[in-house]
Amino acid sequence: MSKEVLQGTLDLMVLRTLETMGPQHGFGLAKRILQISEGILDLNQGTLYPALVRLEQRRWIRSRWGTSDNNRKAKFYELTPRGKRQLAEETESWSHTVSLMDRFLRNPAPENR
Amino acid sequence: MLTRLWSLLRYRRLDREMDIELAQHLESLEAEHRARGLSPEAARLAARRDFGAVARAQEAHREQRGLPLLETLARDVRLSLRSMRRTPVVTVAVLATLAVGVGANTAIFSVINAVLIRPLPYPDADRLISVSLTSRAMQIADLESAPYLYLTARDQSRTLERVGMWRVQAVNVLGGGEPQRVIALRVTADILPVLGVEPLLGRYFTAADDEPGRRPTAVLMYGYWQRRFGGDPSVLGQTVVLDGSPHDIIGVMPQRFRFLDQRSVDLIAPVQLDRARVFAGGFGWPSLARLKPGTTIEQASADIARLLPIAADAFPVMPGFTRAQLDGAKWEPLLLPLKQEVVGDAGNTLWVVMATLGLVLLVACANVANLILVRTESRQRELAVRAALGASWGRIARGLLTESVVFGLAGGALGVAVAYAGLRVLRTLGSSSLPRMDEIAIDRPVLLFAGVVSFLSALLFGLLPVLRYARPQLSADLRSESRGSSGSREHLRARSALVVVQVALSLALLVSAGLMIRTFRELGRVDPGFMRPNAIQTLRVTIPPSSLPDPVLTARRQHAILEGIAALPGVESVAYASELPMQFGDAATDLLVTQGGSTSRGELPQNRAFHFVSPGYFATMGTSIVAGRDFSWADLYEPRAVALISEDLARREWGGAAAALGKRLRGGSGLNIWREVVGIVGNVHNRGVSEPAGGTVYLPVLTDLAVARNVSFVLRSERAGTAGLLADVQRAVWAVDPELPLADVRTMGDYYGASLARTSFTLVMLAVAGVMALLLGVIGIYGLMSYVVSQRTREVGIRMALGAQRSEIGGMFMRQGLALTLVGVALGLAGAVALARWMSVLLFGVSPFDLATYVSVSAALIAAAGLASYLPTRRATRFDPIAALRVE
Repeated sequence: MSKEVLQGTLDLMVLRTLETMGPQHGFGLAKRILQISEGILDLNQGTLYPALVRLEQRRWIRSRWGTSDNNRKAKFYELTPRGKRQLAEETESWSHTVSLMDRFLRNPAPENR
Repeated sequence: MLTRLWSLLRYRRLDREMDIELAQHLESLEAEHRARGLSPEAARLAARRDFGAVARAQEAHREQRGLPLLETLARDVRLSLRSMRRTPVVTVAVLATLAVGVGANTAIFSVINAVLIRPLPYPDADRLISVSLTSRAMQIADLESAPYLYLTARDQSRTLERVGMWRVQAVNVLGGGEPQRVIALRVTADILPVLGVEPLLGRYFTAADDEPGRRPTAVLMYGYWQRRFGGDPSVLGQTVVLDGSPHDIIGVMPQRFRFLDQRSVDLIAPVQLDRARVFAGGFGWPSLARLKPGTTIEQASADIARLLPIAADAFPVMPGFTRAQLDGAKWEPLLLPLKQEVVGDAGNTLWVVMATLGLVLLVACANVANLILVRTESRQRELAVRAALGASWGRIARGLLTESVVFGLAGGALGVAVAYAGLRVLRTLGSSSLPRMDEIAIDRPVLLFAGVVSFLSALLFGLLPVLRYARPQLSADLRSESRGSSGSREHLRARSALVVVQVALSLALLVSAGLMIRTFRELGRVDPGFMRPNAIQTLRVTIPPSSLPDPVLTARRQHAILEGIAALPGVESVAYASELPMQFGDAATDLLVTQGGSTSRGELPQNRAFHFVSPGYFATMGTSIVAGRDFSWADLYEPRAVALISEDLARREWGGAAAALGKRLRGGSGLNIWREVVGIVGNVHNRGVSEPAGGTVYLPVLTDLAVARNVSFVLRSERAGTAGLLADVQRAVWAVDPELPLADVRTMGDYYGASLARTSFTLVMLAVAGVMALLLGVIGIYGLMSYVVSQRTREVGIRMALGAQRSEIGGMFMRQGLALTLVGVALGLAGAVALARWMSVLLFGVSPFDLATYVSVSAALIAAAGLASYLPTRRATRFDPIAALRVE
């Protein structure tokens, strides 16, 4: 898979990761996303940050400064209630899209029949 | 949106936080790689690789955070500033034009704002009205109120919360160094409560202070308190002696307090009206009132109309008058908003000036639009390239418009600076001709006005290049960058239209300026009734009854002063009078009753000016004696019941100067003994040359009734207005009476000039506007024709090569320039007619459609435009055909 990920999908990944793992700092998030993708996704970790800013501006996540495992000041991101709702909606629409695309790609188009 | 805006404001902090966050991420990556056994150097590189470009992440971060619209705006502004720097000449021209245009408008708007828009500086000023009377039967437009009306309105009105009466009076203050002459305001006790103003120190008059027989009290104006008492707070309880009568100081008014538009008032004292001596009649007291909340002027008018007969019944009629005469005038109340009373007809002048300066701004905008068009033209290829590279038309339009707005706002800011400077000039020019001039300031509304005007101007002149260039036509523009092609024909049309508009506006403005010049000259041609006013020195001297009660001795003392002055070197003649023409307008008036004149024919007596003069007054002023003789000193001291009248009065009453001699007249109130007319003198315009002369009765300064104590000496001398003469005169006066102050030291020329002040103000403003518009218009034509010539260089070369004469070539260009001018002149004439009709109230002795002005201004404008197109044309006819063909 290419290095570029669709904007929406990265957002969704961040939201989902935050939902399952609770508050995370940027580095932790990146590590977790890469870990789950099991090497399929070759993410430029820097692209994560614009996504975080975007999500924060939409009030889907919020951030605050806290202390990391190695006792350093770090910015932690966490899901807001609004973000949770958004995640639920997007997850549904995502699966909808996936099933739709799935049907299209598996079956021949109706006109061609 | 708000978050983004907010983050734009917290730019720095957010940047720093982002840097920390990114750096930490990199460090963590590095640490991880090291833990896997990589060398520190390799770990760093690996971390970078994993992370991607840091700068890009930062940029993306910022972009995500910021406001795209604001950021492009900032970029456009930066670009505009850069491109403004690249073309300094155009930039300076644009900014200077705008600065003058916006500055002039801002300055005049600040005047309009202070004079016309802002309310009077009193609480609830919209409930303040002035109360006077009007009579159609006697053709008196505005007669000031009278004590009997004041008392009735005060006690019985249903619509007025409070009412007050006032009068300005010059008084002598004695003691404590040199004798001083100050302006006192005589008021009824309720007048400051009407205005709603509290004193700064002490208290204001109570009803008790206003009772006759009480020891008089006085309230000081702030300026006088500072000047005379050095701002000493212990002044309360001290005493000032006004015209020989001691007044206890009970209060000081605040610094910003002005009584209406009376700028020179020094102190305020109560009238102490004696009800037992009030008659029906005795007008001449300005009166003002505060309406009850929710009451209209119409209701108050009806109320006063109801009170008029009640008041006439309540008081005895003035001696020498009949009730029938009083009622015959059919008085009607004339109630005006106080502001209107203060501002008067200044609005006419100001709106005309504002409109003309607005037109100048339009001309300036046309010029700027032209300059910006030329500038954009030279950037045509750049714009086309940008469009080809994917810039949207909206984006390009926004860029062009931003540039114009940057120009506009920068020009506007400079304009405010120009306005500051301009206001100084306006204050000097306007101080004697406009009310409320000391309230003028560049405050928030004025700045807002400047901002809005510059922004609107920017849109106006910025729209043209946008319409012209920001639309899909790039292939054509890329190919046809070179001149002479069809693309610039449209451009030429736009610029030609602008020049036509400029010429039209300039013509309209120049015609109105021309009409004002004619007005000024017509006024100058009016014989004011006196000669060479600059050689007449005037000064005012008052001998109060407290220092010399006897009238005859007072007259002798005035006579002695006169002889002292007459003996001075360089004094040709000297005399004195109670009033001077144009000094107070028509301050001293009375009803005129004549034998065998208009009143004998059953007409109502009319108000006429009554002046008291010494022998030799007419000779000194240069007023002709048409028939009969001047007063003699014997007329004073005997005394003889004699009078002189002006020629127009003689004609109106008895049909002519000769017929009037020997006839008898008397005043309606205090001057009610019959006097014989012994002389007829030339008409004098007492209220200024723009007003009709109006008829004047002259009586000797000393009559059997009284002596005029407050008199102006007039002396004809080539040394008039010099400090040397003044020092001599002062010595001569003090040789007779060392306690006499000199006041109102001016030449007759000053009074004459002041009477023309409004007209000169308008004239100067319109002339400045006209000249600015003319210059801009001529520059516009010159620029356009230069452009046309340069565009057609190659064509000229071809024509010449084919044998065209230079004169033909020249004629071709001149025709083009003149055609534009003529279209502009035609449109401008229509505009001028509209403008002139509107300003006709300001004109005197000249029709708003004065043919000579229209023709001469048009001719001058065509000549100037011809010259402006001739200069570039001449260049065209001197082209070397070969060189011209080679161009491009």
